[in-house]
Amino acid sequence: MPGFLQAVFEPGFFASGPVHAALLTGAVVALISGAVGVFTVLRSQSFAGHSLADLGTLGGSGAFLFGIGPLWGFISAGIAVGGAMDLAGSERRSARDVSTGIVLGAVLGLSALLLYFDTTSSSTTGVTITVLFGSLFAISGYTLPATVSFAVLGLGLLTLLYRPLLLSSVSPDLAAARGVRIRLLGLIFMITMGITVALASLIVGTILSPALLIGPAATALRLTRRPMAAMAIAGALGTVATWLGVLLAYDSYHWPPVGNGWPVSFFVITLIFAAYLGSGVRFRRAAQATRRTPHEVIEAV
Amino acid sequence: MFAPFMTDTWITASIVAVIAALVGFFVVLRGAAFTAHAVPNAAFAGAAGASLVGVSSLAGLGVFSVGGALLIGLLSRKGRHDAVTALIVAFMLGLGALFLSWSTEYAPEIYSLLFGEVLGISANDVGLTAILALACLVVLAASYRPLMLSSTLPEVAEARGISSLRIDLLFLTLLALAATMAVPVVGALLMFSLMVGPPAAARAVTKHPAPAMTLAVVLALVTVWIAIAASYQTNWPIGFFVGVGSAAWYLVARVSAALFHL
Repeated sequence: MPGFLQAVFEPGFFASGPVHAALLTGAVVALISGAVGVFTVLRSQSFAGHSLADLGTLGGSGAFLFGIGPLWGFISAGIAVGGAMDLAGSERRSARDVSTGIVLGAVLGLSALLLYFDTTSSSTTGVTITVLFGSLFAISGYTLPATVSFAVLGLGLLTLLYRPLLLSSVSPDLAAARGVRIRLLGLIFMITMGITVALASLIVGTILSPALLIGPAATALRLTRRPMAAMAIAGALGTVATWLGVLLAYDSYHWPPVGNGWPVSFFVITLIFAAYLGSGVRFRRAAQATRRTPHEVIEAV
Repeated sequence: MFAPFMTDTWITASIVAVIAALVGFFVVLRGAAFTAHAVPNAAFAGAAGASLVGVSSLAGLGVFSVGGALLIGLLSRKGRHDAVTALIVAFMLGLGALFLSWSTEYAPEIYSLLFGEVLGISANDVGLTAILALACLVVLAASYRPLMLSSTLPEVAEARGISSLRIDLLFLTLLALAATMAVPVVGALLMFSLMVGPPAAARAVTKHPAPAMTLAVVLALVTVWIAIAASYQTNWPIGFFVGVGSAAWYLVARVSAALFHL
């Protein structure tokens, strides 16, 4: 048994400082992403979530250029772009898709310019890769308190808006009839999502953060219809995937073809994708057993 | 700017702009901007993989963009379409990150795959791009009527016996073909901007398909031409001019539509 444990957990895994930081911040990000992700999936705003992460590139490259802390670059870009997307959008779903795309295209162009300035001003091209792909192992100690406080802020906003947000996500007409200000609510949610995704992008990279936001939440919503339970399951799934990913990445330093380790993001995404595919089997059975209307979902809350 | 070595750039970029606008018209009509964003990104991972294995990057682009597109089409029948797309694009990019970590490719190459490097186009690329563009046009012309019907009136199309799954897969293959053509020359991000911006601007001004498609093609061509000229003068990345320019057309179109009650 000890031999097996040693084969799974490479010697030094639990003693390594970067691993501690990666596990801890990874869990914080996975939890907040899971909670916000359930609403993202319910509201069919996965494209916006994905775009906000892509736009984190803008914040990252801008911060690098102006020499401010990357956390502030990511967060302010997340808030600004989230707001812009919501204002440019409309209620119709296909139109919202296109307007999100327009904002995404414009901001990606801007990021291209900022990245170009970064590479010409510092003559290092590595910044493109760092900004895009991130690295859990490169977290510096100082980001942990800031990460936790932004996560708490996001969760607080979500708790405050929980009931009206749920109502407007499941049935916008019903929410409007009950006097919920849908546009304002949508804007605040978009900003919350911007903060969450920005935080995740900073820590796990712009590729992985939308996967953490949407993957566990989509999986959880196939397993349960109750939002609270879905949030808990999504947070747990995200945390497990992140931890396993860190573990596998740590192990992979001795794997072929090159001895410098496989990227953490690859493992985490693969685990999340596998969980989603696996949940499909159960989902089909459950969907046949119970069919609920939006009304019943709201009653069940 | 019009030196002989720039000729290939002008020709290739114009071909890409025309195809992007035509395919993009259906992207906007079907509200499929997310898919249009996802497929070129999947293609990017394919290019990274191909350079690792040592085959031509076009093969990698083709396999990954078609594979990713079909995966999106099939999996989203059983789940939420946008969530599935988000997951698949993340998975593809994760694979791309893995391939990049294995390879010794220089960062500028990756940058150009994402953001485009039109100034380095060779005569060989022009021929290849033209062939792929022709293939796109043939598919588009052959499937124009059912594609248009199922994009505007899905129920009527179903009633007439046009399978929505088949049209979905056809449309996704078309997207994949366009991405394979465009990513090596203009990059994944630029292709996406061109597919969404000009067609959305055209749609905001007119609802008739033929004028909207023509306008989209004209706007895309003008965007690309301005972008090449500006990029040549300033040395700034072309992706910036195309991205911002495409969005600007949309803004102008929305404002003028509101002002003149189009």
